[in-house]
Amino acid sequence: MTPQRKSLAKRLVGTNTLWIALVLLLLIAVFGALRPDAVLTVFTLQTTLVETSVLLVLAVGMTFVIITSGIDLSVGSVLVFSGVTSAMTMNSLNGGDATNAGWGVVVVGLLVALASGAAWGLLNGLLIAKAKIPPLIVTLGSFGAALGAGQLISNGSNVSGVPNVLSNNLGTGTTFGVPNLVILAAVVTALGALLLGTTRFGRHTYAIGSNEEAARRVGIGVTRHLMAVYLLAGVLAGLAGFMAMAYFRVASVTGHDTDNLNAIAGVVLGGTSLFGGAGSIVGTIFGVFIPAVLRKGFVIVGVNVYWQPIAVAIVLVAAVWFDQSRRKARDRS
Amino acid sequence: MSEPILELRGINKSFGPVHVLHDIDFTVRAGEVTALVGDNGAGKSTMVKSIAGIHPIDSGEVLFEGQPVTIHSPREAADYGIEVVYQDLALCENLDIVQNMFLGRERGKYGLLDEADMEQAARKTLASLSVRTVKSVRTSVASLSGGQRQTVAIAKSVLWDSKVVLLDEPTAALGVAQTRQVLDLVRRLAEQGLGVVLISHNMNDVFEVSDRIACLYLGRMAAQLPTKDVTHGQVVELITAGRSGDLGIARPETATI
Repeated sequence: MTPQRKSLAKRLVGTNTLWIALVLLLLIAVFGALRPDAVLTVFTLQTTLVETSVLLVLAVGMTFVIITSGIDLSVGSVLVFSGVTSAMTMNSLNGGDATNAGWGVVVVGLLVALASGAAWGLLNGLLIAKAKIPPLIVTLGSFGAALGAGQLISNGSNVSGVPNVLSNNLGTGTTFGVPNLVILAAVVTALGALLLGTTRFGRHTYAIGSNEEAARRVGIGVTRHLMAVYLLAGVLAGLAGFMAMAYFRVASVTGHDTDNLNAIAGVVLGGTSLFGGAGSIVGTIFGVFIPAVLRKGFVIVGVNVYWQPIAVAIVLVAAVWFDQSRRKARDRS
Repeated sequence: MSEPILELRGINKSFGPVHVLHDIDFTVRAGEVTALVGDNGAGKSTMVKSIAGIHPIDSGEVLFEGQPVTIHSPREAADYGIEVVYQDLALCENLDIVQNMFLGRERGKYGLLDEADMEQAARKTLASLSVRTVKSVRTSVASLSGGQRQTVAIAKSVLWDSKVVLLDEPTAALGVAQTRQVLDLVRRLAEQGLGVVLISHNMNDVFEVSDRIACLYLGRMAAQLPTKDVTHGQVVELITAGRSGDLGIARPETATI
């Protein structure tokens, strides 16, 4: 058992993951040293975690997609669409305003959000795996279409009337000091990590990204598997939409234009290769928190916050360059 | 002489107007290495793919362990215990040796992977083939040499209780020492009782490991003979002209393709 456990640990901490974890720790250390009074507080920790929860859920689905050497640009729009359909369903169930609705309505709202996400995910999967249209094009299409559909349904405005029980519990509630939103994101992330790391489904995800032809030859249902992966990304985007709605107390149709890029950046920062076949959920966690910590840190330390995207861009490009040169060195050997 | 494990009788295969295989008779015996030789375009690959179920045959009979069978897909071929190791190997570079060997047939319950069990089985298989060139079964395939990759691909094919293994030019891209290792491995497969088909252009390899030589010439089986009964020269003549003295096709057709 010992050599097996060692190899598992080795796989979890792939070279890139280790580096990116160190970068994250370094950032926290630097900001902590500059403003120990403001950075290393429970409040800062809580807000950072809460603000990153929704993005983390998107990034978990994105990790699966990118490991198959695909991409999903539609997650942010699917998030908006799911939030809108969910909020409007809850409103119509409660006579136009669901603010005081009960748990039953909330559960229906959750199911609608998940189903909306699943529908877009399935559409993406069908077009990519069955019709063999490149993922970039398919999801660029659904990126526009899902947002447009969401705005059509909501008449272009945010949908309010989110039930208080939902906002007060999932949105801003805490359990033993830990925000409930963070707990939900952590559970989703843990399940994602287990699915990717310890199941046949996860193994086949790596295999397809590594060598699709080889996967086909050993009898893996590549088409079906790819559809399942995009379906998963869609469902998680639906859940993220529900979470964002609970947190902001409104189903917003704006402000999610760059969610897809933020999720991709987090995944790639976390050591998942855009070429497919390599990556991990653990890495994605680190990758998602680097931009979040940078933003928070810049605000607290007093650096102009517009430096944040520039700093993220530098780290991102460096991470991909590192990945590429590692692959080149490997191919040469 | 052992029992034929796989037999082709009068196989024909055309792609549109091109008649690629003419009335092929071919026998694979358990515990023997049968070399399949022939010039480029003679039909070797088509024949292998027909056996593997990738190309359905037009007419003729396939007998597996004496029973007539029809193989429609690679999956069905694998179910009978027929494995093909293609020239391009098709391994997943990002995955390690164990993961590659068990790809598509992972062990474990409820979709969970039983890593320890698979690792042990992979080690056992490699040991049974006296493979000592790989240090750890958890090495990723990306860091293996060409010979080691070939070894993994071959070991993968015997992990599954297979009875017939078809190897498509396993030594084509290898150096001297690595070729040596792979040929030893091919020999060991036969010693374990498998029927081995070795496709090769290299006469030295063919004469070194094979028990029989089957020679294709323009889609016809020119001759299938015990290796000890023929010489290098005769085999080369069979490959290039389809006949050699009394051996081969009586009146070779003029090359039209």
